[in-house]
Amino acid sequence: MTDLINYRQIIAVAIADAMRIDPDVILIGEDVGAAGGAFKTTVGLFDEFGPERVLDTPISEQAIVGAALGAAITGMRPVAEIMFADFAGVCFDQIANQVAKYRYMTGGQVSVPMTIRMANGAGSGFGAQHSQPAENWFLNVPGLKIVVPATVEDLYGLLRSAIADDNPVLVFEHKNLFAIKGHVPYGETEFVPIGVAAVVRTGSDVTIVATQQMRYRAVEAAAILETEGISAAVIDPRTLVPFDDATVISSLQETSRLLVVQEAPESGSWGASLVSRVVTGHFELLDAPPVLISAENIPVPYAADMEEAWLPSVQDIVSAARKQCAY
Amino acid sequence: MTEPVDELVPALRHGAPSDSSQLLSEMLRIRFFEEEVQQLFSLNLVRGSTHLMQGQEAIPVGVSSVLFKTDTMTCTYRGHGAVLAKGAAMDACFGEILGRAGGLCKGRGGSMHLTDVSVGALGSNAIVGAHLPISVGAALTSKLRRTGSVSVAFLGDGATNIGTFHESVNMAAVWKLPVIFVIENNQYGEYSPVAATTPISRLADRSVSYGIPGVFVDGNDVVSVRAVTIQALERARSGLGPTLIEANTYRQVGHSRSDPGAYRPEGELDAWLLKDPILQLENAMIASDPQATSHIALVREQVKLEVIQARDRALSWPEPPVEARFEDVYS
Repeated sequence: MTDLINYRQIIAVAIADAMRIDPDVILIGEDVGAAGGAFKTTVGLFDEFGPERVLDTPISEQAIVGAALGAAITGMRPVAEIMFADFAGVCFDQIANQVAKYRYMTGGQVSVPMTIRMANGAGSGFGAQHSQPAENWFLNVPGLKIVVPATVEDLYGLLRSAIADDNPVLVFEHKNLFAIKGHVPYGETEFVPIGVAAVVRTGSDVTIVATQQMRYRAVEAAAILETEGISAAVIDPRTLVPFDDATVISSLQETSRLLVVQEAPESGSWGASLVSRVVTGHFELLDAPPVLISAENIPVPYAADMEEAWLPSVQDIVSAARKQCAY
Repeated sequence: MTEPVDELVPALRHGAPSDSSQLLSEMLRIRFFEEEVQQLFSLNLVRGSTHLMQGQEAIPVGVSSVLFKTDTMTCTYRGHGAVLAKGAAMDACFGEILGRAGGLCKGRGGSMHLTDVSVGALGSNAIVGAHLPISVGAALTSKLRRTGSVSVAFLGDGATNIGTFHESVNMAAVWKLPVIFVIENNQYGEYSPVAATTPISRLADRSVSYGIPGVFVDGNDVVSVRAVTIQALERARSGLGPTLIEANTYRQVGHSRSDPGAYRPEGELDAWLLKDPILQLENAMIASDPQATSHIALVREQVKLEVIQARDRALSWPEPPVEARFEDVYS
């Protein structure tokens, strides 16, 4: 653990480290090369690895994902960037119908070792087509892995794990966390594994489960609750598929109260699925009805106060936890 | 730099090629295979739907006759012929369509997804145009690893109107990737004639907007198809980039098993049957050598036997165990 670095900068560090040890790793996307990325997340890679391995593409999301898939099944280990996660809608067929199913439908003839990176989430005033937390769109598509790192260390580790994985992994990089600081994990050879949650803080009264931006709000809420004598655990799943139920269940054995906070509308979401699994599979652990705090069921608004109102707030979390503990 | 669209190459008029027997045999394998699949369907031994390609055999056979095993190929859901021509085992193709354990994809793909990566058949795709960027990716691997292999993508006339076509041909052209896009223009996109959906009559003309050669060829003349493929392969292997070939042909059967083809104008099918690719090659063989008639009969008999035996082997295979459905979701 040495230099401090931010969430935005660690992305290029992780990709470069992967490219140095594996010549099959290539980066492909719009302006990822000479321009260093629309979010400056790939700065320096073009200079170090050149135009053969860091490929600037036309504005062609279907071709970006499809070409990465074609390269993956013929021996490369591509990392594709889809800039804003909302643009996954443009190439939904390639991700959901092609990438996710290619191994299965061919009877296991190929592996699909590819990573798709996308800038995710609300809070930066980009409007409804550049702000969606898009990870839930893919929950219903077996064959993909989905990671949602919230810290510099998790982003580095999960990106390395994603690139090393022989399966397609969607990596959602939250653009409202770009300034978060952390440490470069120099020299590590073991990376944050896909499918393992982080216990951000332990607690005995309520288990708050939250990812990315909501993880930080959950931690803030937990600090407020602590002053009121409520001990809140905070768990960051870090991976949505496969989901680490065991860590959540283990915490519920202590707290008996589940509070899920997510930056997305409730329908068809990971939070709703988690609540469903806990209620149907572990009802006996619960002393209070689980609570799911979601974003509002409307497109992400643009104006600052409207967008902030759309997002679950620290106060929402504090109030819900109080009610649960008084139940 | 854009080259003009070439005129049709009437190769068969110059006589039958020396390997006519081989080309005929390959086309008959596909013809008889498709006829058997049709039979299996009528016996309710095939699930879902199937899309047959009788009448279009010269295109995959002409193209694949000059490909190496290491060259890759993707194709459409009307792809039985392309996969057979690339070298997939026929019994395993039958097996996949029948949903048997010994099928190419262990019974998890079906008629629209015949895939045999071991012979370079990277996939038949059921989403129109979705395989085109995948072909571009295979060509990218070839370029980065300098393998010299070429990526062939067969597509229908209808696919020239879907977004992936534009994205893929453009990307392949701007990166000068070794791809050959082969339009199998069988005159109908599902039930709609090309003219009802496409404002130009020569689909190869679309090459102009990508700055690559567009070649129009008689897709029912296996020798002509081979000739234009050789040119495209040379261009691809020398790093000059992709070629767009439009091979003109006719789908002698309906779009899928539920389609009797009632929308065809009176007499259209009959006219095209006279231009049947197998008939044309056989006529050329007989014109070159009147003794060829008996040889053709022998080839037909041998291929028929091969197809029946492959079918029967596949029919003898068990269905995959139900538990196997959980395999290969992930590596």
